[in-house]
Amino acid sequence: MKYEKKVVKILQGNEACVEGAILAGVRFFAGYPITPASEIAEGMARKLPVIGGKFMQMEDEIASMAAVAGASLTGLKSMTASSGPGICLKQENIGFAAIAEIPCVIVNAQRGGPSTGLPTKPSQGDVMQARWGTHGDHPMIALAPSDVNEILQITIKAVNFSEKYRTPVMLLLDEVIAHMREKVNIPSKNEIEIIDRKKPVGEKKDFLPFKADEDMVPPMANFGSGYRYHVTGLVHNEKGYPASDPQGVDQFLRRLTNKVELNKKDIIIEEEFSLKDADIAIVAYGSVARAAQRTVKLAREKGIKAGLLKLITLWPFSDDTIERLAQKVKLIIVPEMNLGQMSREVERTAHGKCRVVSYGKVDGDLINPVEILNKIEEEINEK
Amino acid sequence: MKNNDIIGQYIRKEMFPHIWCPGCGNGIVLGALIRAIHSLGWEKDEIAMISGIGCSSRITGYVDFNTMNTTHGRALAFATGIKMANPKLKVITVMGDGDCSAIGGNHFIHSARRNIDITAIIINNMIYGMTGGQYSPLTPTGKYGSTAPYGNIDQNFDISGLAASAGASYVARSSIFDVNQSIRFMKNALNKKGFSVVEMISDCPISYGKMNKLRTPIEMLNWIKSITVPRKTWEKLSDEEKKDKIPTGEFLNINIPEYTEKYQEICTYAQREGGEDE
Repeated sequence: MKYEKKVVKILQGNEACVEGAILAGVRFFAGYPITPASEIAEGMARKLPVIGGKFMQMEDEIASMAAVAGASLTGLKSMTASSGPGICLKQENIGFAAIAEIPCVIVNAQRGGPSTGLPTKPSQGDVMQARWGTHGDHPMIALAPSDVNEILQITIKAVNFSEKYRTPVMLLLDEVIAHMREKVNIPSKNEIEIIDRKKPVGEKKDFLPFKADEDMVPPMANFGSGYRYHVTGLVHNEKGYPASDPQGVDQFLRRLTNKVELNKKDIIIEEEFSLKDADIAIVAYGSVARAAQRTVKLAREKGIKAGLLKLITLWPFSDDTIERLAQKVKLIIVPEMNLGQMSREVERTAHGKCRVVSYGKVDGDLINPVEILNKIEEEINEK
Repeated sequence: MKNNDIIGQYIRKEMFPHIWCPGCGNGIVLGALIRAIHSLGWEKDEIAMISGIGCSSRITGYVDFNTMNTTHGRALAFATGIKMANPKLKVITVMGDGDCSAIGGNHFIHSARRNIDITAIIINNMIYGMTGGQYSPLTPTGKYGSTAPYGNIDQNFDISGLAASAGASYVARSSIFDVNQSIRFMKNALNKKGFSVVEMISDCPISYGKMNKLRTPIEMLNWIKSITVPRKTWEKLSDEEKKDKIPTGEFLNINIPEYTEKYQEICTYAQREGGEDE
């Protein structure tokens, strides 16, 4: 693929992720075999050498996350992919990437958990892990596309956000969209926006590697570019040296979180369907959002004024949108392939302004449009 | 004075005083490593020095290279990403014995197996010093640690032997007692194309010494002197005599294909053959 003109292809979700990543400029991938994410590593192993990129199969998930952070420091856009059990192991070095502000993308093709769980079945059980999987307060951006074409588009966004905000970005797929094959529009290089990390300018001698600009993001120098500096997982000052003075620590950790939280407007991607006159809203994400879109149509046919808020950015969370929505509708239904993880976030941000009902499913099957509709009808009849 | 001038060129003076205890061997290892690097005439900009967690891993903060103090045991995994992404960089890792052989054991084995061009300096003081003297996989059997108050029943690793059998190109062991030999081995290791290891037998009077009747740096140094024997002498010892001794010297020095060069060949092949589904 030279990406000089746009093409249409039938691709698997994992393959679309590879295409999107390469289009966005990813040139380093390190991974470890795991179902249902292995096709991403296989695609990278095939494609990266052709374009002079680097692929590595590491000895374990921990090492692949470490290698990705190391490679990113030299200036290559870097990515890894795994599923629940592997993402657990990566958490240590996701935290490192967060505190050391190293851009990278972690793909999680979600399967049923906990532990080995349901390796070949879809799940959305890792959405809270995506936010809080590594210890300590840290920023996190997590995106969840809902079909194969969107996987390509959102993978590009994920790479861009990681570069723009110098932070790890989690791309949440699930087993169904990872393995499903669909029509994908592969754009040409000049049709898409590509964001590269800010580079430092000015004297190398006076370089402060962790001094943030007004957008709260410090410019990033590549290892080997002549800006010699220290990178550490310890809390550090603007020079990059370990620091423990309470004021400095507080400022640093707040900036780290705020560079994402205060740039929410730029990071949050969400879509609304038929919400204008709705009195019942579905809030959904990932492959479930696609089923929910059909539910809206079915409900409307029955005269139920339903609408859908589809979240593509899960973290940072759409607090403001949910708050507004809760003032408008009587009922919010949150269907998801877990026992109500995001439903609790919706309930928190609805501030009691409307009823929030969780429809959680963990049997390893997809949520289909009719069962969401049944849930809506059940709730209407109960009231 | 001359030596001080050399060291001064490579350290971040603003980071001093360092965190190491009086009598610690880390400074001796750092001094030897800087002298070895200096003798090779390498530019500071082309060196990336990576460490994990522990007292010895603080070394990366004190030297004026591209430096990274990573997570516990993972120095080699980060370093692998750096070397693979930019093979022009000269990549060095500094690890402690627990860091390298316990939590980082897998990365150590596989870095050797790939024969990636990284130099691994292992500072083996046979104890987890920073956390208060718990026994490590390199604490000799029968010695004491804060988590082995009645004596260590674990067998200790031969980390140099492990590196050699796992596929490294260069493996040597020296000690903080023999600085000139250390510098020579480090220079050979840095010069080697492939995975190279220098294991430095070191001391920790505070944590190891305290629990093993070697309370002062001098006692510890004398002990190290007494247990280290040149490889050739060691080979002639009886099994009983070998028990309490550690052989030093160069164990392996071979030329075998290096990982990033092999990967470059793969890229050339893939580009020539198309390697694509178009």
